[in-house]
Amino acid sequence: MTVSETNTDRRELKFRKPGIDRFFHFVVTAGALASLLVLGLIAAFLVFRGFQIFKDMGFSFITGSTWEGSGNPGEPTTYGIAPMLVGSIVLSLVAVAIAVPLSVAAALFIEFYADQRIKKFLISILDLAAAIPSVIFGLWGFFLLAPRASHWAMSLNHYFGWFPLFHVPGPFFDGSPFIGGMVLAVMISPIVTSVSREVFSQTPPDQISAAHALGGRKWSAIRYVALPFGRSGVVGGAMLGLGRALGETVAIYLVVNIVFKTNINILFSGGGNIASMIALKFGEASPYEVKGLMAAGFVLFIFTLLVNMAATYIVNLSKRNKA
Amino acid sequence: MTTPQKPWRKSGTSRALDFLFTILGVGVSGLIVLSTPMAGPEAVGLISIPLVSLLNLLRSFRQGSSARANAVATSVISSAFLVLITPWLSVIGTVVSRGRHAIYTGFFTRDMRVTAPKAALELGGIKHAIIGTLIMVLIASLISVPLGILSGVYVTEIRGRLTGLVRFITQAMSGVPSIVAGLFVYATIVIFFKSYSGIAGAVALAILMIPTVARTSEEVLKLVSEDLRFAGYALGSTQSRNVFKIVLPTVRSGLVTSAVLGIARVAGETAPLLMTAQYFVATNKNPLQGPIASLPVYIFSMFQTGNHNAVDRAWSAALVLLGLVFVLFASARLISSLGRRK
Repeated sequence: MTVSETNTDRRELKFRKPGIDRFFHFVVTAGALASLLVLGLIAAFLVFRGFQIFKDMGFSFITGSTWEGSGNPGEPTTYGIAPMLVGSIVLSLVAVAIAVPLSVAAALFIEFYADQRIKKFLISILDLAAAIPSVIFGLWGFFLLAPRASHWAMSLNHYFGWFPLFHVPGPFFDGSPFIGGMVLAVMISPIVTSVSREVFSQTPPDQISAAHALGGRKWSAIRYVALPFGRSGVVGGAMLGLGRALGETVAIYLVVNIVFKTNINILFSGGGNIASMIALKFGEASPYEVKGLMAAGFVLFIFTLLVNMAATYIVNLSKRNKA
Repeated sequence: MTTPQKPWRKSGTSRALDFLFTILGVGVSGLIVLSTPMAGPEAVGLISIPLVSLLNLLRSFRQGSSARANAVATSVISSAFLVLITPWLSVIGTVVSRGRHAIYTGFFTRDMRVTAPKAALELGGIKHAIIGTLIMVLIASLISVPLGILSGVYVTEIRGRLTGLVRFITQAMSGVPSIVAGLFVYATIVIFFKSYSGIAGAVALAILMIPTVARTSEEVLKLVSEDLRFAGYALGSTQSRNVFKIVLPTVRSGLVTSAVLGIARVAGETAPLLMTAQYFVATNKNPLQGPIASLPVYIFSMFQTGNHNAVDRAWSAALVLLGLVFVLFASARLISSLGRRK
């Protein structure tokens, strides 16, 4: 028998998964897709309960800036969440503006400057800080940070009041978006730091050695190797922090003086975000108003979902570039 | 054989100089703050950071532009780290120092059924809140740990067409604001049963817990060596047997860690519980009926009372809650390191 005579066609595999495995696959797939179901249900139920509001208010639910009435017949009722939507964005932008530069620097410190023995300890501190409950940050923000921060806000306004952002219409500095943003910054900085640190830790060591071999000092290695390498990871981490800041409820509720009015003078008292408004109004809301809050919750849900998807996409992009 | 030298290592003198210049910078800024109307440690920080950077810049001035940039960068990065870590330490320190006042043995064995929030600190306690938190966290774990592990198993074992989707959904779900989870449970369970309940709170917590468990268990399952799986198949095992008898037992401690991390993530959630489990002054051990207290909501409601003693109670409950979360974290660490040593 010569080689040419052998049958080169592939033998057809006759394999059927055993019944137990098919059952197993079914169970695991169902379990894995339960999260999808939950996400779908969240969206569906919030729309279902809030649908009447979207129908009654139309597009002005997003653009309107009054929240009045309880929907009883004869009572003029208008719901528009623009001030709180703007407030959510302002608060989280303040938080990100403060937290991201510091977090990136801290991540660089932990990864490149800290001693190996201290490094492990610092990473556990980072994990612990990320786990502190938000209500505790709220307490701390109210009693410890707010009195100091309103003092800082006063000085900022005194010296830089000509800058539109730091302008205030009156001398009221308590419970401002600035203070709320600072508490949020403290809350999100552990996660931003730990994402950035993880990205920096994956910097190819040979490239760092190459930078040193070319006569570069530590900073040159960071500036020309680590930072470009980690850029997209840092952006992704910042957006994860942004997503977390957008949805924060209790800390904002405790620290910010929640006023239903658009306030973009960050040092001026009053503000709030959608989540804290929901928590504030929920207790005494009429059934119709609860529907309004459901609709507001839906807007918040979609908004944070989009931010998080973008963040995930960017982080994955950076991972793929490295592979 | 001599040990290899590290010529790039800082010498003792240069370390001493670093230290000296930092002390000098902070000291001078302290004097500046004392001699001007500015006040407080934060003002010292504000002045000393640029000052120390400047001193280091001057020190390295004759060593070229690269050395100068390096000196400034080192000062800026180290001070940014200090600025960032100060509030975390301040949070922990404040909770510990202010939380001591209301703690006495009865704090753990009494509830607030017959005690007003403003009553003396020797009365009342947080038994109801501790029991409520334990009940809700337990039920939430019973729901979310199996689901989370299943989605981890799907991604690492079945590796079906939906792998990308499952990962993506897990990520998206980890970004759901906690108050939205609360609203959702209110819109379904609370409205349906026409009552706040522990089970409603537990479901809200479970929604927030699933992504953490799913992500960490996926990471852990990825570590199982492919050889182990092949060995199982070579012995004629079915996939389900392989998973239950080989893969999952191999990473048992890792899976426990993922559950503990999930619990630590949700034990301090306040917002979703406000609209699902609400608050109740007495101990309620029945999760199916009626509002039920929890540590975070207890803190929240004591704070809102505004009374001095009530706020002291809030701080003490915060200390207990923080202790609980830290113990959970430490045990997660311990379990995973024990598992690795095996």
